[in-house]
Amino acid sequence: MTLPAPRIGLTRRTALAAGAAALLPAATVADAQPAHRETMAAVERSVLAGRTPLASGVTLDMPTLSENGNSVDLMIRIDSPMSGEDHVTAIHVLADKNPFPRVATFRIGPRAGRAEVGTRIRLAETQTIVVLAETSRGTVHRGAREVIVILGACVDGG
Amino acid sequence: MASASIPARITMPAEARRGEIIEIRVLARHAMDRAIDAPGLTPVPRKIIHTLRVTYDGAEILHMDLSPGIAANPYVAFTTVATTTGELVFEWLEDGGAVYERRQMLTVT
Repeated sequence: MTLPAPRIGLTRRTALAAGAAALLPAATVADAQPAHRETMAAVERSVLAGRTPLASGVTLDMPTLSENGNSVDLMIRIDSPMSGEDHVTAIHVLADKNPFPRVATFRIGPRAGRAEVGTRIRLAETQTIVVLAETSRGTVHRGAREVIVILGACVDGG
Repeated sequence: MASASIPARITMPAEARRGEIIEIRVLARHAMDRAIDAPGLTPVPRKIIHTLRVTYDGAEILHMDLSPGIAANPYVAFTTVATTTGELVFEWLEDGGAVYERRQMLTVT
């Protein structure tokens, strides 16, 4: 897999300034495509569909600090027996400050054996990642985790 | 649907005992172009893998919706219970309608 080349001589200060500057064009792109623009609150509402999430059962494994927002490891575990009657049906990953807050949705079932998924995501800036897990019983579990991003994913093409 | 191949690495055991939970890790090579327009970048149209679908012996075991927020070279890890000897079919659906497919055999003892 290809990783962006290390930026030698780039100080933390200039990296942060570049990150902030990169957000402005991102907003312009979002304005140009209003059909794709969805706010975090709207995404959470559509997933919850009137249900109140339980603040338990979600383990969200991520680095606390990420140097490079282009690729951040993410591992999610939901406490669930994963039986025919009681299993996780969907796991949603949301990132509030990304141009598209709806990052990924995993649809699984009792055949997974364990409610455990992993992927790598892009983060535009320091923010809180939210995971919503829907179960076959109709409950929703919510977990959140703050990640500090030094160099946001908007800065270069990776 | 057209079904071309994609450079991908699928990590999973070739054999498992019945009832065992196996871990499957999939890494595909794809730029995941997300149509960003920033200084110093040439704007490119959005072209990402928007769905990864995995079936095992004909039944869907994972259906994942991806967004431009997934890192280039999308990596996905998940689990499944070994039930019967059969084929796992991995399908990546790309913007523009292309479908890439890979198959992997799982022998259950």
